[in-house]
Amino acid sequence: MAAEPNAAPARPSDSTNHGMRVVVAWLVLSVIATPLVAIFVGPLFPPGNASAEGQGQVFDNQVMTAFVTPILCLLAVFFAYGLITFHARRNEAILDGPPLRNDSQIQLLWVVITTTMVLFLAGFGTYELLKDGSGGGQGPSPIALPAHHQDAFEVQVIGQQWQFTYRYPSLGGVESNQLILPAHTDVALHVTSLDVIHSFWAVELGVKADANPGVDNVAYVETKNPTTFHVRCAELCGLWHGYMYNNGRVLDPGPWHSWATQAAKLYVAIKPYMDKQEADGGAPYAHSYLPAPDRRAG
Amino acid sequence: MRVGVKLLLIAAAVTAAGVLIGFYVSHLTKLAGSPAYSAPVQNAGSGHPVVNLEIQTVAAVGPKLSQNPDWVSYLVKDNGQWKRKTVWDLPAHATINVTIYNFDGASALRNPFYARPQGMVGNRIMVDGQPVDHIDPNDASHTFAVPALGIILAIPGVTDDAKNQCGYAPCQMSNAHRTIKFTFHTTTPGHFRWQCFVPCAAGWIDGFGGPMQTIGYMDGFLNVKAA
Repeated sequence: MAAEPNAAPARPSDSTNHGMRVVVAWLVLSVIATPLVAIFVGPLFPPGNASAEGQGQVFDNQVMTAFVTPILCLLAVFFAYGLITFHARRNEAILDGPPLRNDSQIQLLWVVITTTMVLFLAGFGTYELLKDGSGGGQGPSPIALPAHHQDAFEVQVIGQQWQFTYRYPSLGGVESNQLILPAHTDVALHVTSLDVIHSFWAVELGVKADANPGVDNVAYVETKNPTTFHVRCAELCGLWHGYMYNNGRVLDPGPWHSWATQAAKLYVAIKPYMDKQEADGGAPYAHSYLPAPDRRAG
Repeated sequence: MRVGVKLLLIAAAVTAAGVLIGFYVSHLTKLAGSPAYSAPVQNAGSGHPVVNLEIQTVAAVGPKLSQNPDWVSYLVKDNGQWKRKTVWDLPAHATINVTIYNFDGASALRNPFYARPQGMVGNRIMVDGQPVDHIDPNDASHTFAVPALGIILAIPGVTDDAKNQCGYAPCQMSNAHRTIKFTFHTTTPGHFRWQCFVPCAAGWIDGFGGPMQTIGYMDGFLNVKAA
């Protein structure tokens, strides 16, 4: 068929190996970008280095970002190369491209690479979780135990609409509305709720554990240097959920003992109610909260 | 339709939605039917403003003050009248003298932590004229707490065998009641929520529905404003 006299000219046939160009550009960009992202951007990821678990999460984020970077580079290169190379020139006729045909080798390579990556990340994530729990709530019988979990300092985190309070069994049941922890200490947080489901999130410590009524949800954290951290509820829990936040502190041993002594003095008036058990005719309160939905806190 | 026009329409819709959400959030308390109560300020020009707040807590707010007559509620004395307003405008850097008349019975604290008053002057309250640094957790009826200001106190309840107990609000001083007094200081301006921590909403799951989740009953705000 003869060409129409006013039709725009078509692009001459192209013998350039675009696939190779994309692969080379991708490899070069990935080799440069991946270490830069992992080394310089990775350490800036949340939650920070306030605890061993927080440090672990930063490392996990670094590893995953290092994995994602080449994929992002491939998308960026492919997108940019396509825009630059294959866009229609002014007054150029738009023609359909060559037909796409399957390539079993590329398909196999794709399946092997993606499967390997996913399996590696699954294994890596499982290892990281089982190492020390990674700051997550593990229920009443944790299996991911940190090295010194037997000596962990116990704190009970009690959620209620709409405030978290913190009970220290080893201080005679002293309770505080601010979480104060000693530095460089393994801490076992026993998280529970008196009413609905809350979620205890100590942001910079990298701890997040659901607070379920009637459940003792244990999360471990190893504090580092003195610092201040934020506590938030991460589960929509009613009218004042948005106001359910506070600050916590990690203190050196000296200041921490001073705080504990002061807290115990302030709490001395309540202590008789904590010490006298129900069997002795006392109120059903205790140094350690006994999770049960229809009971009081203790 | 041209792409530019489409984008313009989308931007306009997003802006309108943002304005509506902002209006809703900023006027949340008014939409919830609880207009702010501006407490009269004494010594306003002296640099040491003083506010006297009179509040009552009632087991049932009654048909005159609410469409939910059976709901438990706080009331505030406004120009000699008891009003169901739980958003209170207070001056910053002021002394706030609070008197609470509680006409409700005891229902016990879930957590004894709230039995020790804290955050007010001296960490003590006056109960029926006597200074106390704690109450028996089993005697608590309600709490008044402003968590962001560290203010927490439990309010003891009227005993079960008290005579002339109040049925519906507003209750009279001749009805059986407990009188709680305390003083706290406001600091910088801010918007602080206050609430009751005793699950006292009878008939609701865990006692924490209805009036516990509705501004104007057992929750509110302190709007601390610069003088």
